[in-house]
Amino acid sequence: MIAIIDYGVGNLFSLRASLEKIGAEAVVTSDPSVIKSSDKLILPGVGAFEDASKKLTATKLDILIKEQAAGGKPLLGICLGMQLLFERSYEFGCHEGLGLIKGEVKPLEGYIQSGLKIPQIGWNALNIVRPDCEIFKYSRQGDFVYFVHSFFGSECDESVAADTEYGGRVTAAVWNKNVYGCQFHPEKSGEKGLCILKAFAEL
Amino acid sequence: MITKRIIPCLDVRNGRVVKGTNFTGLSDVNDPVELAAFYSDSGADELVFYDITASNEGRKLFTDVLQRAASNVFIPLTVGGGISTLNDFDRVLKCGADKVSVNSGAIEHPDIIENAAKLYGSQCVVLSVDAKRVDGRFMVFSKGGRVNTGLDAIEWIKQGYNSGAGEIVLNSIDTDGVKNGFDLEMLKAVCEVVSIPVIASGGAGKMQDFLDLFKTLPKVDAGLAASVFHFGEIKIDSLKRYLSENGVNMRID
Repeated sequence: MIAIIDYGVGNLFSLRASLEKIGAEAVVTSDPSVIKSSDKLILPGVGAFEDASKKLTATKLDILIKEQAAGGKPLLGICLGMQLLFERSYEFGCHEGLGLIKGEVKPLEGYIQSGLKIPQIGWNALNIVRPDCEIFKYSRQGDFVYFVHSFFGSECDESVAADTEYGGRVTAAVWNKNVYGCQFHPEKSGEKGLCILKAFAEL
Repeated sequence: MITKRIIPCLDVRNGRVVKGTNFTGLSDVNDPVELAAFYSDSGADELVFYDITASNEGRKLFTDVLQRAASNVFIPLTVGGGISTLNDFDRVLKCGADKVSVNSGAIEHPDIIENAAKLYGSQCVVLSVDAKRVDGRFMVFSKGGRVNTGLDAIEWIKQGYNSGAGEIVLNSIDTDGVKNGFDLEMLKAVCEVVSIPVIASGGAGKMQDFLDLFKTLPKVDAGLAASVFHFGEIKIDSLKRYLSENGVNMRID
């Protein structure tokens, strides 16, 4: 069973529905005992890093997630959920993340070629740099996935599993042992996105 | 590089799509759920569900339909029509919408843009504007294009952008239904004042209209249309192949 961690950030309808669609058993929960008894975790999230990080701390879910990841349980962070896996974020200040992925979250502004719109909203192609990453076992080079973001994972070269071209190379997915993250929304990326969720569910 | 988006809009009344034609393989063209899946399979990059119901029963049917569509179609869904309060945002987001588009509701209560952006994030708030030329100016019309609000469209869009809208849908009443191409002049004026995605609506009659749109105005991010898709005059998969062959970056699987 996959536990979708509910900490009051974002809309979990599509994520739950997409897991149902691929036949994976999933539950939306903030209950520590359910999270502990699950075999996989998904950390979703949209919105601001600081707010999300405070909510994780206030509910002590941050400690639980770190424990669970350290115990080897597969964890997938999506969008802001991926950014929270990093050591810190420079989104409006400097805020601590979970530290499960080495690196920091920085603004696209000033990094990507100027004149491009921020946030990046829309479909962009995956450049898979780690084809051995299991969540891409059903994916192909150049598969299109759906992005909505203004910040990105930086200083994380050793963990980048895929990137995308948006006026520069932008981190699209990260991987460190049992911890995975997607900057894009697999639950909104049509069949290609469902393939990634299916691969994660099969870990 | 990010692709241009092609977005069909489904007008839903009492749980049924208002317009429609017979596509092969579709048993019920007026079923929004079937049509949404059909468009998604044809390569639509996003879908807009527009609620044109007035009654409460109709509204309930709409959210049921939305929920069923969102359980079957995994591309971004935008919902518009009858959105005037944060409760309306909440109602459709809970049923699977990813973005919510405000039009007349924002004209009556401009605060809704800022409040919704704070609560749900800018990426969730789409400002949809119906505009028309009056004495050489672009003016905002409300109530489905019937009432001149007296607002200057360019100023209104700037204000919406500054309040936190994440995308703009510009529907030109002047070109809507004429099927002679998008309103490039009006769209250009809008692209010059915002740095968020601009979605063009109104006027698409043939595939070349989309090519002209993206070639003439590289800052436009997406083309939206309803009847040309519903009546099968333009097929989404053919359109995307045609645009791609002509140098427009498209998502083609």
